[in-house]
Amino acid sequence: MDNFTYVRATSVTNALQAIGDGSGHGNGNGHHGRFLAGGTTLVDLMRLDVLHANRLVDITSIRELQTVSTTGTTELVFGALAKMSDVAADPTLLRAYPALAESLQQAASEQLRNMATLGGNLLQRTRCEYFRGTSYPCNKRSPGSGCAALAGLNRGHAIFGGSDSCIATYPGDFAVALAAFDAQVDAVSPRGARTIPLLDLHRLPGDTPHLDTVLEPDELIVRIRVPVTPLGRASTYHKVRDRESYAFATVSSAVAILVDGGLVRDARIALGGVATKPWRAPAAERSLVGQPLTWETAYRAGTLAFDDATPRTASRFKMSLGPKSLAQALMIAKERSER
Amino acid sequence: MALHVVEHTSQLVLVRLNVNGVDRALLVEPRVSLLDALRERLALTGTKKGCDHGQCGACTVHVDGRRVLSCLTLAVQAQEKTVTTIEGLADGDRLHPMQQAFLDHDALQCGYCTPGQIMAAVACVTEGHAGSRAEIREYMSGNLCRCGAYAGIVAAIEDAASKMGRG
Repeated sequence: MDNFTYVRATSVTNALQAIGDGSGHGNGNGHHGRFLAGGTTLVDLMRLDVLHANRLVDITSIRELQTVSTTGTTELVFGALAKMSDVAADPTLLRAYPALAESLQQAASEQLRNMATLGGNLLQRTRCEYFRGTSYPCNKRSPGSGCAALAGLNRGHAIFGGSDSCIATYPGDFAVALAAFDAQVDAVSPRGARTIPLLDLHRLPGDTPHLDTVLEPDELIVRIRVPVTPLGRASTYHKVRDRESYAFATVSSAVAILVDGGLVRDARIALGGVATKPWRAPAAERSLVGQPLTWETAYRAGTLAFDDATPRTASRFKMSLGPKSLAQALMIAKERSER
Repeated sequence: MALHVVEHTSQLVLVRLNVNGVDRALLVEPRVSLLDALRERLALTGTKKGCDHGQCGACTVHVDGRRVLSCLTLAVQAQEKTVTTIEGLADGDRLHPMQQAFLDHDALQCGYCTPGQIMAAVACVTEGHAGSRAEIREYMSGNLCRCGAYAGIVAAIEDAASKMGRG
């Protein structure tokens, strides 16, 4: 693990000054300054020699980024440094937006959730074994070296959004739930502030898989905002894993529905564990509108959602698991719509 | 990770923290984990290094009363914080109810994961996440036991939860 200069920032201004001194032109994995929050990804990957830094700017003491407000009339506001465990237990979220709370509760372990922040969680790097293992070629870790997963062990790799350069799965849960609710991400850099729709935060790998997101190395997520919606209450995050707890998603579905007079008026569907970034399924959403929600309509939506997937031999099972688990998620949301 | 003296003392950071009720001060490289600082500098070897990558839970300690993984916590991030390790649980010769319950229920075989299990288990109860066997299993899922002592671990936590007055 590289040694690095450690700086503790106490305000956003302070953090941007500190990162400015240490940032350089990097390829996303290079030796420049980095923000340190919970450290659950960064320290892990630096210890593996997958990520490098010459300076870490510890932002965990910035109080202004720790607040959460879930009771507003227009939007929910999550400070980027709110801890996953605290937000997972937020009583308003549990009642009014269960998909958001469940996506946090079903991620990682309580120890990791006590450390990890919401902003950092959005930026969690892929769990692709070839990205994490430095003895393999990986275009995401070492641009131009090739992709060992294309012809390798790719059971857990993406069936949506991949390219000839990279099929690494985006591993997060919370971002998938946020994708279903059209969340926005506020970021600041020495050049000013901007708002990025959550769905535009992560990049498709294309031929630049080393760039996970549209953020610059010196750009900091300060908050996440979710528009208040009546779809929140009948929502769920349904995560299918190889073991019952403490595992990354094999397939996950974030769904939210609005039912009135026995018919679906609006539906939101996002998928995790199967794509290179948080993935919306608009055709599946449209298929439900105006229909009663039954196992048949739910399963048809599931089939539509996976219609244009590109499975590999080892991930072909997701073509049957995916539609079924999405249909199950929709039935859970339906139950909640009736309470 | 072996700790070694660096020549450039300007790279060392002074960390003041309270460990098991005792104020400590350490000069460490910024890259030193809290786990290595506890084990190699403070000789508190009860906290175990399993995977060193946040996957096994063996290094679980409490920082400011909350359970965290000391392998992914930099020692410098524990600046001015209160750390409790397995060595800080007992009251003199009187074991913490969770330690006693692990003995009573044979909740270990080789014992390597046990300090992390016990630190996580104490937190599991104080957080209010020990209300049922299913809830205990869910909130203890971050602690792996390769010997497979899970049945005893769950029984021990159920037992200790009643004695700790919560859960």
